[in-house]
Amino acid sequence: MKEQPNLLYLKEISGGDLAFENQMLEIVKKELPEEIKSYENSLKENNFKLTAEIVHKLKHKISILGLEKSYQIAIDFEENLKKSNLSLQIEFEEILDSMINFIKNV
Amino acid sequence: MKSIIIDDEQMARAIVNQLISMNNQVELIDSFPSAIEAIKYLNQNSVDLIFLDIHMPAFSGFDLLQTLKNPPKVILTTSDKNFAIEAFEYDCIVDYLVKPITQERFNKAIQKATNFSKLPKENAKSQEVEVVKELYVNIDRRLIKLNFETINVVEAKGDYILIKTETKNYTVHSTMKKIQEKLPEDLFLKVHRSFIINTKKIIDIEDNSVLIGNNVIPVSRSNRPELMQRLNLL
Repeated sequence: MKEQPNLLYLKEISGGDLAFENQMLEIVKKELPEEIKSYENSLKENNFKLTAEIVHKLKHKISILGLEKSYQIAIDFEENLKKSNLSLQIEFEEILDSMINFIKNV
Repeated sequence: MKSIIIDDEQMARAIVNQLISMNNQVELIDSFPSAIEAIKYLNQNSVDLIFLDIHMPAFSGFDLLQTLKNPPKVILTTSDKNFAIEAFEYDCIVDYLVKPITQERFNKAIQKATNFSKLPKENAKSQEVEVVKELYVNIDRRLIKLNFETINVVEAKGDYILIKTETKNYTVHSTMKKIQEKLPEDLFLKVHRSFIINTKKIIDIEDNSVLIGNNVIPVSRSNRPELMQRLNLL
C-alpha cells in the first residue's frame, strides 16, 4: 500500500497547538500548487538546475506531511535532476498528486 | 539564549519558531527570509544563537558565516545531509539539524548550544588545566626548579633522596614516596625500592638493570613487568 500524507509530524511538534497546525496547512495549501506549477514550467523548459531547486523546496513539504519514503524518492530525484537525469519523475509526480488530494480534503 | 532564524521558507521558519516556543532555554528575537536581511540586523544587534538554513537563493548560509567577523553560535537547519563535512570547518557551528526536525532532536541541539556557551572554543585553551612541567626542591633554603624532562634518576639515600639530572645531582631531604607523588606517572617509574627512573631516558635494558646516562640502575623482579609494559617493543 502506498504511503499516504498525514499530520503525524505536525501534531508531534505542535504540542496540541491547533493554531500552529492550521497555520502550517494554510501555508501548504497556498504554496504547494504554486511550487508544482513552477516545477512543471521549469521541467518544460528543460531547466534541470531550477527544477532541482524547486524539488528541494518541495522536499520539505513532503517531509512535513509525514511522507518518509517519498522524501527519500524526492532526495534521489533532486540528485538525478542535478545530473540532467529524469529517473524517478513519475514516482515524484505521484507523490505531488497525493499531496494535492490530501490538502483538498484536510 | 537570544536567537534568530534565517530561512527562505516560511514553513521552515514557522516550525523552528514552534520548536523554540516548546523549549525554555532559548528565546526567539526575530526571523529573516534572507541572509542579506539578517546581516543588516546582525550588524546592529547581537544574538547568542542563529538557526541558519544553508540552501537559500542568492546568499547561502555558508556565505553568511563567511561574512560575519565574529559569528554567534549557529545551528544549521537543512534538508540536505551533504553539507555536514563543510559544516565542521566552522567553529561557531554547534549542531546540524536535518529537516524535518523533531522536538527531541531540537532540544538536544539546544542542550549542545547551552554547553557550548559554557566553554566557547576560543577560550577553551585558556581554561584547560595547566600541565605542571617542573618540580621545586628545597636545597640550603633555596627553591631550585627542576624540569621533569631533565631528571634522569631519583635514588634513595637514607633520609635523603639524590636527584640526578642531565647536568647536576641534587641531594634533598625527602622520601621516595613523597617525590614519587610529585612526579608524573606517565614519565617516571619506580623500578626498585631505591630507584625511580625517567623512562624516556632509558638507553638500554639488560637482564635486571637499565642504563640511563652513565648509571646502571637495578630493576627488581616485581617492578620488571610494569617496566616492560611501558616499552614500545618491536
